[in-house]
Amino acid sequence: MSSIHPDQATAERLAGLGQVRPHPIPAGSGDGTLIDDPAVRPPLVLNNRSFRDVTDIVCGYVENKPGKWWMPTFMMTATIAGIGGLFILYLVITGIGTWGLNNQVGWAWDITNFVFWIGIGHAGTLISAILCLFKQKWRTAVNRSAEAMTIFAVICAATFPGIHIGRQWMAWFLLPLPNSNWIWPNFQSPLLWDVFAISTYGTVSAMFWYMGMIPDLATLRDRADRRLRAGGEGPVLLPFLPIRIDRIRGYVYGFLAMGWRFSNRHWHRYEAAYLLLAGMSTPLVLSVHSIVSTDFATSILPGWHTTIFPPYFVAGAIFGGFAMVLLLLIPARELYPNMKDLVTKRHIENMAKILLVTGSMVGFAYAMEFFIAWYGANAYEQFAFINRATGPYWWAYWTMISCNVLSPQLFWMKRMRTSAGVVFFVSVLITIGMWFERFVIITTSLNRSFLPGEWHMFFATPVDVMIFVGSFGIFVTLFLLFLRFLPAFPIAEIKAILPQASPHHGHAKGGH
Amino acid sequence: MAPPSRSRRYVNEAGDRIHGVLAQYATPADLFHACEKVRDAGYARWDSFSPFPIHDMEEAMGMKRTKLPLAIAGGGALGAGLALLMQFWMSGSDYPLMKQGKPFASWEPFVPITFELGILLASFTALFGMLAFNALPRHYHPLMKRQRFLASSDDTPFICIEAGDPRFDPEQTRRLLESTHPTAIELVEE
Repeated sequence: MSSIHPDQATAERLAGLGQVRPHPIPAGSGDGTLIDDPAVRPPLVLNNRSFRDVTDIVCGYVENKPGKWWMPTFMMTATIAGIGGLFILYLVITGIGTWGLNNQVGWAWDITNFVFWIGIGHAGTLISAILCLFKQKWRTAVNRSAEAMTIFAVICAATFPGIHIGRQWMAWFLLPLPNSNWIWPNFQSPLLWDVFAISTYGTVSAMFWYMGMIPDLATLRDRADRRLRAGGEGPVLLPFLPIRIDRIRGYVYGFLAMGWRFSNRHWHRYEAAYLLLAGMSTPLVLSVHSIVSTDFATSILPGWHTTIFPPYFVAGAIFGGFAMVLLLLIPARELYPNMKDLVTKRHIENMAKILLVTGSMVGFAYAMEFFIAWYGANAYEQFAFINRATGPYWWAYWTMISCNVLSPQLFWMKRMRTSAGVVFFVSVLITIGMWFERFVIITTSLNRSFLPGEWHMFFATPVDVMIFVGSFGIFVTLFLLFLRFLPAFPIAEIKAILPQASPHHGHAKGGH
Repeated sequence: MAPPSRSRRYVNEAGDRIHGVLAQYATPADLFHACEKVRDAGYARWDSFSPFPIHDMEEAMGMKRTKLPLAIAGGGALGAGLALLMQFWMSGSDYPLMKQGKPFASWEPFVPITFELGILLASFTALFGMLAFNALPRHYHPLMKRQRFLASSDDTPFICIEAGDPRFDPEQTRRLLESTHPTAIELVEE
């Protein structure tokens, strides 16, 4: 068997979308994965792909030139990110008075954006870790990109508390380092818990992501190595700098792959470590967003001072995060050849079901807040909630309700949750709704608190808007780079869920 | 009687030291059954390679359970312990600071950070412990010199019985591997 797999063959296979094989399941609905009969297990990977097909498809995204859409999109998002960066620079130089904050509303878009991004950042690890613990094999379609998304969202999220402190050069006061007065940070403050929670979460998510990628990076390394050993010509870095790109790949992926050589003794420890990491990430995710919610819940402000916050925030985070995963994967599925074999309609349907469940949980929490405000018989609390729904920010409140609670209800209908277009549209609405949720919680609670003489509206300035838009630029830019240079799907894990991966495959029918 | 020979060295015709015998297989199922045979023949220094972890391979290769989870538990305990120590010392002893009349050193508000740092150190132990237990990073390995072996990251499983195994014998080992239905066998130099 020749083990050489030259560029040419790979390119042809990808351009021609590989060989078309007869579909194992007659296509009744969609791509054949939407079967309701529990006795029939729909395939997780379509078109009867071999191990080599999986390697070729996923590595092909990295090794071949991306479609024509990639560079313009990248330039656009990178420009948006750059403009956002310039506004951050302006903010640092001038001060947070350039935001629309005032005496009464001391937190607005900054913390809204922080909670928004950190919420999105929770879905990735949660999807990956919880689905891993429950042995949900369909996770392989989404886990790598969801984990990447987590890290990029945490980067965006961490920016906002970093710049909202006013004197950004004093940010190191957040760390338990002795300052000039030898005073330590306040360990009884949820804001400090938050510092530890977010930094732990970012670090652990990055490690979880990286560890999952080690074998796939080794695959990329080996492919580059095989092409180099085959000799011949290959793409070079620059015309006047004739270093073959495969050589650079060999070094970079080789360095990152840590010398992984697919030993089963290694796999044994790897699987133990990965499972434990998943087991630790799950309570970590729950703890981090619970801690974020205590930033509000431990205060005495009506509208914030509620015990429902931790579970309510966690449900919202999963909800918003799944919506963001779909926002990224549905277009990617259209733009990349063969990605539909890996992310099937059933994957999208499964995620739409999760949106329905978590959206309804969030809706229940909204209702429960109102119930407790009435049942608790506290005049300030009651006013805070009536003000939310009917006060000057009524439009924000009802945007939140219609986007978060009403729009996912479409997914009770199978036709809706199996249509990629509808799911994409609802995900857009949910992302808008989840941003408004945080805005409603933060701003409508602050703008009319105890004394009417202190009441004050918040109006966003262009600096507010541009830094928020810039954070989207950073996020999408990083995600595009991820799609371009890193394995977007867990190659080894996808192979392990193919039917031919079982050690008993092939002799079950013969009466083993 | 010669001692079980660790000193025995095998070389090829060119005088290069032998790393072991490498056998290539067609499918994971073939690899699985081959591993059972090699295990039953009593070899100790050998390994199998596959592009993904294979279910129940631990048993087919007669591997002992890894001690890594214990190390991870230790890392977690260390992280949580250090976090408690840090908070009680900084807040309760080194510079007690009056905040809203709260006690200087009560354990309740210290729970979140203790939990987070426990998870943090346990996770570091999981990643770096996995690498250390696997003797990684190791960027050079004799097997990687073999063109054939690079297919292990794509779709091809392998078994390698190392020459350092006390039971290794160039003839017998090769014959054992030949009986396991490989698609190719070759000698690998160091």
